[in-house]
Amino acid sequence: MSSDDSAPHACCIEIAVRPDRTDVLADRLSAQAREAGIPLPDGLRTRRGYSLRLTGDASAAERLARRLLADPVMDTWRVFDPGQSPREEDCRRLEVVRLPGVMDPTAQSVVRAAAALGITVSDVRSWQAYVLPANTSDETLDRLGRDLLANPAIEEIRVDPATGVAPTHELPDVDFRLVHVPLRDADEARLLKLSAEGCLALDAVEMGAVRDHFVTLGRDPTEIELETIAQTWSEHCKHKTLTGLVDYDGEIHDNLLKSTIARATHELDRDFCRSVFVDNAGVIDFDDEHLLTFKVETHNHPSAIEPYGGAGTGLGGVLRDTMGTGLGARPVASTDVFCFGPPDLAPQDVPKGCLHPRRILEGVVTGVRDYGNRMGIPTVNGAVCFDERYVGNPLVYCGSIGLLPVDRLEKDVRPGDLILVVGGRTGRDGIHGATFSSLELHEESETISSGAVQIGNAIEEKRVLDAQLQARDRGLYRGVTDCGAGGLSSAVGEMGERTGAHVLLDRVPLKYHGLTHAEVWISEAQERMVFAVPPEHEQEILAVFRDEDVEATIIGTFTDTGRLVAESNGEVVMDLAMAFLHDGLPRQTRPARRRVRDLSDPDLSTAGDPGAMLLGLLSAPNIASKEWIIRQYDHEVQGTSVVKPLVGPKRDGPGDAAVIAPVLGRRRAFAVGCGLNPCLGDVDPYRMALHAIDEALRNVVAVGGDPARTAILDNFSWGNCENPENLGDLVEACLACYDGAMAYGTPFISGKDSLNNDYRSGGVARSIPPTLLITALAIVEDLAQATTMDLKRPGHALVLVGPTGADLGGSHLAKALGAPGRVVPPVDLDLAPRVMSGVHRAIRDGLVAACHDLSEGGLAVAAAEMAFAGGIAATLDVAAAPAVAGTEPGPWARAFGESPSRFLLEVEPARLGALASVLGAIPHARIGETRGGDTLRLTDGDAVLLEQPLEALRHAFLRPLDLDHIAEGHR
Amino acid sequence: MTVTPSVLVLRAAGTNCDPETAFAFERFGGRPEIVHVNRLLEDPARLARHHVLAVPGGFAYGDDIAAGAVFGTELGTRLASSLQRFVADGGLVLGICNGFQVLVRLGLLPGLSAPLGEREVALTDNASHKYEDRWVKLAISSRRCVFVGDMDAPELPVAHAEGRLVALDERVAAALDTDDRVVFRYADRTGAPTQDYPANPNGSHGAIAALTDATGRVLGLMPHPERALFGYHHPEWTRQGDSVPDHGPGAPLFANACDWVRANR
Repeated sequence: MSSDDSAPHACCIEIAVRPDRTDVLADRLSAQAREAGIPLPDGLRTRRGYSLRLTGDASAAERLARRLLADPVMDTWRVFDPGQSPREEDCRRLEVVRLPGVMDPTAQSVVRAAAALGITVSDVRSWQAYVLPANTSDETLDRLGRDLLANPAIEEIRVDPATGVAPTHELPDVDFRLVHVPLRDADEARLLKLSAEGCLALDAVEMGAVRDHFVTLGRDPTEIELETIAQTWSEHCKHKTLTGLVDYDGEIHDNLLKSTIARATHELDRDFCRSVFVDNAGVIDFDDEHLLTFKVETHNHPSAIEPYGGAGTGLGGVLRDTMGTGLGARPVASTDVFCFGPPDLAPQDVPKGCLHPRRILEGVVTGVRDYGNRMGIPTVNGAVCFDERYVGNPLVYCGSIGLLPVDRLEKDVRPGDLILVVGGRTGRDGIHGATFSSLELHEESETISSGAVQIGNAIEEKRVLDAQLQARDRGLYRGVTDCGAGGLSSAVGEMGERTGAHVLLDRVPLKYHGLTHAEVWISEAQERMVFAVPPEHEQEILAVFRDEDVEATIIGTFTDTGRLVAESNGEVVMDLAMAFLHDGLPRQTRPARRRVRDLSDPDLSTAGDPGAMLLGLLSAPNIASKEWIIRQYDHEVQGTSVVKPLVGPKRDGPGDAAVIAPVLGRRRAFAVGCGLNPCLGDVDPYRMALHAIDEALRNVVAVGGDPARTAILDNFSWGNCENPENLGDLVEACLACYDGAMAYGTPFISGKDSLNNDYRSGGVARSIPPTLLITALAIVEDLAQATTMDLKRPGHALVLVGPTGADLGGSHLAKALGAPGRVVPPVDLDLAPRVMSGVHRAIRDGLVAACHDLSEGGLAVAAAEMAFAGGIAATLDVAAAPAVAGTEPGPWARAFGESPSRFLLEVEPARLGALASVLGAIPHARIGETRGGDTLRLTDGDAVLLEQPLEALRHAFLRPLDLDHIAEGHR
Repeated sequence: MTVTPSVLVLRAAGTNCDPETAFAFERFGGRPEIVHVNRLLEDPARLARHHVLAVPGGFAYGDDIAAGAVFGTELGTRLASSLQRFVADGGLVLGICNGFQVLVRLGLLPGLSAPLGEREVALTDNASHKYEDRWVKLAISSRRCVFVGDMDAPELPVAHAEGRLVALDERVAAALDTDDRVVFRYADRTGAPTQDYPANPNGSHGAIAALTDATGRVLGLMPHPERALFGYHHPEWTRQGDSVPDHGPGAPLFANACDWVRANR
């Protein structure tokens, strides 16, 4: 070490759990290694380290360790020079270190806390080390590193290193270079080559339109201009497929989004809709003082490459959508829906370049958990779906609901307003995210796209939120949007679309040197927001952010030129007409074709014992309990929870939807629920979409939501729509969205699509199943009306509302029998809305003790869940279930069929008369009762179909996805 | 004339339970003020103008390094004397979850030996090594703490990853009992303290969920009483008949603190 105490010198501080304490992390990793089949010898210990430069003598490092980095109650520590080997005697060592430029949130905190101790530190880098017995093999170390501890997309693995980890060091600055791309004389082949090399994701027609534009201008585009056009025209930002022309077997659909989804909203013209499809989220009325905003986003490709960072920033991004809606809503609840490959997939079946589904699942859940919990926003509703086709291309949907004062809805960006960027600094993270998401994933995606990986820092975003709300309430800005896909390019371009903007790129605060001006412009570095600030508020708004330790910088002005202009190094590097940028994209016609399906019906004679079938269905991954995930989310922060995701005395009942009362002390609430069933889409994408809408509505209605005051959101994740059959499926689903929204009277208020979910491996492309997520947001007039699905007491009647049909297509019963079925049960669009409003009135009038919708696994699964959740026995006669007119469903269809628009209600016998008059002509029947005892019994008339102990049903439901195997131990 | 209990709700970057904690005091007649730690560092005298200091839950500074480490270090170095004087002068201090971790980190709890800054216990990784949100039953071990009053043993939600209490050594472990510092313990269905998961959600030594100091005016607890303020917060309220109870099991802690200030200040 340097003998000069005044000069900063590098040092490593390593913390270890005291030998007499349990190393909890080591225990957990050992268990995970065993689970993954890695032959790990006993004796793994973990270390956490910090490499940094520090001013002061050796005692300063010692003091930093004792007072800050270690806890003397738990830890020991050592300080060493990075030039020394960190290895310990008779041990092997594996270190995991972030690659240069990857976000390290801890670094900033160490600097701040060290300053409080009077110690100046810089260039902090945190890392992990794992110490193993000397006899650990190279292969074990290698697998431990690659399969469990590190992700090469963002981290470096060091085995038995000869020196310590060096502190961070500044990258060299790059010289300014203005690059023009010779486009004007390029032929089609050259255009496509330029698009591919630049990762622009533009096709020949689009590149041609860009070329023609610059031919007219008499110059070539600069690199940054081309990047900006590619970002703005990306599928991610423009939804080219849904807004373009589609030729569906000769039938032309001009702008599916406008002609189906948005059309329903406009024709319905519901007065509670305040802003639809224009802002960063849809907006509806809540109470006299507040509006609710809602947006659901996908973050599929980043989550495939780096599940933790991808999913975390997926949530972080949609939270910024909320903060960028109107003049900024406050997030009050989050949702998450995931689709993964089977968690028990054999390791040899994982395609090259992919992570194992279980690792993706754990990474995604942890990413959402850490971001949402740190932001202090309850994650309250979700779903998880498993299918082998998601192995290479998992889906991650994150939703955010916000509360917005009624007088803060309108943005009004004016020429002369300053462009203010706040929050995290800009780095090379997330370059090309918008265009990357519009490309197909393949074996090399992991290596070439690591620039597209973003790592979040939730606390940075929390600081921005805290400061932004103060600035909002003091009226210090006129417009705001988030920096999402496309970074500043997209944010400034959108905000200034009707005015014009002039940006000084050299003012943008950077994390490190070495970025070109084009990278600064398109970087998708997280946790940044852009504001339009009237010049008279400049000093005041800067002070608001400074007081919350948020960096805020004026980077330019909105103009009245209608042009997007950027300068760097004193030169104009971009000068684009907003009109060309936003309206110059050529509209293309894409071919779509009705898919020819070769489907067969399941053979019910092979179905065997109904009791065993029920246990099997409760254990099916798509139905089984998601408690392992749910408990890791803080679903009660903000003190607004009315109905939690898990209900009943043992808190194991899968609630249909969450109910949240977002304004403390007030009784108005909202319910949020979702519908998603790709199994149905394999058989009939039109009916799948109707089922998804029906299911989302059933879920919110079941907890007390008012179907007449419900808005819905659409999120399409589809296979590559260059494939005409995939696009045909999409057309079908869109047509159903229109028909469904009109029938139920529920407007779409926001949506998002992700249409390139193919994974290519070994020359073969594989599409995900068509996956439409419908999310519903319903007003609950008074929280006292909320109800839950757990059976309440013996001696009550069980009433089935809604008719059952014979069709089994896409059902879990059919899947269990190995055939998808040929016909998905139809949705009766005349009856279904009446079922929703009838059940709602019954709940509102206090006639219902428990309510559960019938979905995957049908009546038997719903009844089983209600019974074990309440710890109340029940008997039901499936023969008493009302049938769909003209059908004769057999006992299997009655017990396990998945006909839509059905609910099972628990009703006090004295209230049956009132219930009958509320339901009127809606098909319903008393099909059973709750009773003493500890079993669920289903009969078909006099014949017993099944009788199972509640404990066996619970066990079947809880165990499969209990990834830590804790259920048996404590229940 | 009785005083209005004045509550300073202290937040830092990443604190996130400040609004509902302030609301809980307000509901029982307190006058809360949410203050960023930067403002308090600029003007430490501000603390003395309040009767109660509340350090709410959340992830102050992201819980970087360890839960409560950065915030605790900051308070322990820059506000130590103000805090000690505040408690000595009769102020109440409430640390919830992350706030409890901060109070432990800066040595205010359990505060077996002066001076501030020596850590005697740690709140560290849950035995399950993961974050979990669940309701737990508590047993009351001591009513010496003014927040407890005559409340019933409550059921409250926990939501944390680092709540396992570990004592520095045998001496500290013994002193927690002999000096009557334990307020709540995680309990099983019969109300007896337990080490069994998940009734004891984190594997805490002695099933300890909450601590007080020598004065009984400082309370730190891992569970979140502000999330159990209303009847409808309880996970089983829909099983309790047609009406929703007004108060939840966490409400008495705030009511008792406000009552104590009105009676004693």
